[in-house]
Amino acid sequence: MADTSTSSSGFSPAGFGIGGAKIECRGINVRYHDKVAIEDISIKIQDKSVTALIGPSGCGKSTFLRCLNRMNDTIEGAVVDGEIIMDGENINSPDLDPVTLRSKVGMVFQKPNPFPKSVYDNIAYGPRIHGLAGSKAELDQIVEVSLQKAGLWDEVKDRLSAIGTSLSGGQQQRLCIARAIAISPEIILMDEPCSALDPIATARIEELIDDLRLRYCIIIVTHSMQQAARVSQRTAFFNMGELVEFGDTEMIFTNPAQQRTQDYITGRFG
Amino acid sequence: MTEPGPSPEAFAERRLKRRHAAERRFKLYGQLAIGIAIGFLAILLFSIASKSVSAFSRHMLVLTIDQPDLSTRSDLAVTDLNLAVRDELVEAFPEIANDRTARIDLFGLTTRLAVLPLTKSAAEDPDLFQAPIEARFAVSDDLDLYLKNEFRTHRTVEVGRAGRLSDTRSGTFRVTDAGPDGFETFQRFVDDQSEPRTDILISLEGAWFELGAISGAALELEHLAGTLPPLGELGGAQIDAVVLPSVGENRKVSNRQIAYTMLLKQRGMIEKRFNQTLFTNSDSTYPELAGTAAALIGSLFTMLITALFAIPVGIFAAVYLEEFAKKSIITNIIEVNINNLAAVPSIIFGLLGAAVFLNTLGLPRSVPLVGGLVLGLLVLPTIIIASRAALQSVPPSVRDAALGLGASHSQAVFHHVLPLAAPGILTGAIIAMARALGETAPLLLIGMVAFISEVPRAPNDEATVLPVLIYKWFSGAERAWEPMTAAVIIILLTILVAMNLVAVLLRRRFERRL
Repeated sequence: MADTSTSSSGFSPAGFGIGGAKIECRGINVRYHDKVAIEDISIKIQDKSVTALIGPSGCGKSTFLRCLNRMNDTIEGAVVDGEIIMDGENINSPDLDPVTLRSKVGMVFQKPNPFPKSVYDNIAYGPRIHGLAGSKAELDQIVEVSLQKAGLWDEVKDRLSAIGTSLSGGQQQRLCIARAIAISPEIILMDEPCSALDPIATARIEELIDDLRLRYCIIIVTHSMQQAARVSQRTAFFNMGELVEFGDTEMIFTNPAQQRTQDYITGRFG
Repeated sequence: MTEPGPSPEAFAERRLKRRHAAERRFKLYGQLAIGIAIGFLAILLFSIASKSVSAFSRHMLVLTIDQPDLSTRSDLAVTDLNLAVRDELVEAFPEIANDRTARIDLFGLTTRLAVLPLTKSAAEDPDLFQAPIEARFAVSDDLDLYLKNEFRTHRTVEVGRAGRLSDTRSGTFRVTDAGPDGFETFQRFVDDQSEPRTDILISLEGAWFELGAISGAALELEHLAGTLPPLGELGGAQIDAVVLPSVGENRKVSNRQIAYTMLLKQRGMIEKRFNQTLFTNSDSTYPELAGTAAALIGSLFTMLITALFAIPVGIFAAVYLEEFAKKSIITNIIEVNINNLAAVPSIIFGLLGAAVFLNTLGLPRSVPLVGGLVLGLLVLPTIIIASRAALQSVPPSVRDAALGLGASHSQAVFHHVLPLAAPGILTGAIIAMARALGETAPLLLIGMVAFISEVPRAPNDEATVLPVLIYKWFSGAERAWEPMTAAVIIILLTILVAMNLVAVLLRRRFERRL
């Protein structure tokens, strides 16, 4: 069972241009106080691709996602065991400064959460605290490029001083993606980024994710099987805190190895 | 229960009716409760405001002071100026120059210390008395009250025409009726007065008399003030009577003083103006000279110290407890104790202040520095609780967003959480300040109840504060303290309402930005 991830690693590279392993997790356990949230997760995540994490509510997929940028540190009583090797470095070691890690691993949350500041300041905040821009012009450049990558530039270029929270829900979420891109991360974590959006806004975000995967390693938690099928190249199915199956998205959705996966994707439980 | 009930529909309808009735009843109770609260508030405010109105104006004696004979010693200036004032008053009523009791009445129109403001300006400007100057002096508090209240109820009636004026003995006169009536109409009028004894003043050719009796078709009069008309035939000069609302023995202002006042008013030498001294003067034993300046400045200094001490300490304590401290038994104990401290009676803080600041640290008594620190301790728990509530109300998504971008914990707190909590914290702080401003008990214990006649210049000068002034003036013996006390209450309430208004406006403004 624990071998599922590695055993299925013989994915087909057809047309995806997927990079090598970006993240390798070995035996991740997470406990909140005494409650075990996820148990013994081992998984290899490829660079320049989209990996979808699916599973019923409370299965631990968000918890796993939050391990990858140490956001679980902010939750009192959360204990994360195991090794998470990212570019040859164990990011779960207590010696690692999560602040440095998070400048490499961007995150987009379930509910759009722009700062109640201007669009410009929302994007510029990350580069400012990390000292990425030497001058105002450089910062302007970063803001523009980030907004363009997030496909928001044309909609907000005339109102960069508008308050971020005054945009529509879909625009807010793309603003959050632009904000995450602005610090030039290598990995982008997305925790159900479309669950608060309407179908049209969702479609735009999905298009965007598809564009972004050429440059970033994207890991997305989603409740929508269709979305996982549309945007991801690899899919991991979580249930009850364990990783049930991990493999090519096509395989998972057409010919899953596990009965439980089959039951879940056909809607028999969850 | 077993009998066949009504149909389910009817039953449901009855239930619905009952539920609606309950709702209406509840609404009525709510409206009743609010109505009672508003009613009491309105009564309270109306009674205080109506009492205070008279304290905001004051009658002043207008005199021209012409080169007074001032001694070089400043502590004698009050005495010297008083002599000048008395000279001016006697000049206005030369007819009583030799009558000692009449002069005592005349000088009683004002108080000795009414010249105090003038001595101050004289000390600042040595050339003040080079030319005659018009100066104003507060009339005595009793006369001021009489002018504001009873004076308006004077009734003037026509008596008739004067025949012959003759003197019976020193200061007493008789005047006969020029007409055939023999003052019988007036006699009937006097007999008809509801009160059996009312004092009646008679005016004749610019002089004022008190009516003694009507006998033998003539008025028996006692001269009070004004130049006497020549004795003999007056050729039908007009006689008027003023019916006073009370009898001389029952009031603080004598009939003669009323006569002076009417003459002075006629000559424009008594005027009513806005009571500036209420704001420019400090405490005094004379209500007509007392003002709130020392208490206002004292309150300002006290609030300054309180704000400087309690707001930063409170906010940082709240930020630490809410954002940085790990949950443990110690933080729980601290939390419980902060909540308990907020409920400790304020006088206990006064005892603490007296013990720690005065006895142990040896700070001076009665100063805003100590008062501010004591009030700061008093409101600190309130500020911490309000600030923590404000920090808790910031959505965690903002904190996550900042942390997710690689902001450190303190960057997330100081760049994002604290600014978003600022309106709530500010509101809490302002309301805590308003509470401190109205606090009396702890300040009594550290001696801020002292008699302060000088405006404090620094937080370590002796001072008093507005609520303590209310307490002191309320226990004053003279009747004039009552409107003065109401006036201070109104001033204090105005400041409190203004502060709360600022709190509401700030919250509105910041909320709109989110």
